[in-house]
Amino acid sequence: MASGQQLRGQQLGGKTALLLFLMVVFGSSGDTLIGKGMRAVGPPAAWSVAPVLSFLSHAAGAPAVWAGFGCLLLFFLSYMLVLTWADFSFVLPSSAAAYAVVPLLGHFFLSEQVSLLRWTGVALITLGVGLVGNTPPRTTRAEPADGTPLEAARAKGD
Amino acid sequence: MQTAFFILLVVVAGTSGEMFVSRAMKGLGEVTSFRPAAIARVVLRALRAPWMWAGLGMMALAFFSLLVLLSRANVSFVVPVTALSYVLAALGGRFFLGEQVSANRWLGVCLVCVGVALVCAG
Repeated sequence: MASGQQLRGQQLGGKTALLLFLMVVFGSSGDTLIGKGMRAVGPPAAWSVAPVLSFLSHAAGAPAVWAGFGCLLLFFLSYMLVLTWADFSFVLPSSAAAYAVVPLLGHFFLSEQVSLLRWTGVALITLGVGLVGNTPPRTTRAEPADGTPLEAARAKGD
Repeated sequence: MQTAFFILLVVVAGTSGEMFVSRAMKGLGEVTSFRPAAIARVVLRALRAPWMWAGLGMMALAFFSLLVLLSRANVSFVVPVTALSYVLAALGGRFFLGEQVSANRWLGVCLVCVGVALVCAG
């Protein structure tokens, strides 16, 4: 029984780690691409209807914005899938690894200057994600929240 | 004062939106097959869950509050403050979703919260 549970925990850990990795990759590249695209577009000239519409149409014409949007859709898909089994209070802090990865990528690939304060933040996030990652990903029973028996819900879908 | 109101809206609406999405997904049961057809079925079933729409609505509200906030306050102030949502998420996981947030997980959440604030402020 104990070894069965342990094996189950390891399997859960493997696919949870894979989907968290996809979330971090697609989430941070989506943000970076949209950031890059929007910087080229610039802010709306004023916060009224016509300038905001022109701002939106410029944003919709930028390929980087579309690529970033696609990445964010894949991010959200991975997020939805991992939440079907893993705790929200496990997934959300773990996905903060993106905040540590982006400055690292910026430093090593784009030779950006990273301040001491930011390095401290990266260290704290790494430590925090490590601590959260050592807790079991799932602490709730496999039971739907809306009261539908799981077997019925599964039979409908699969 | 208005800035504080919009910060509250971004943090509370954003976190509760993600919590509602989490509740919808927990209700579908664990995904075990990752073939495209199986994933498409999961997404279609998720779109029929009321919690999913409540979640997407809250996330949209949070996004528009963020846009309003960014038009009146500095990004370097706004984004670090939104790291508070990690603490709120742990509370929501514990009380709304019935997850067990152990001492280690709490400690990790607090470190992440401070770390994200520092990265965004730095």
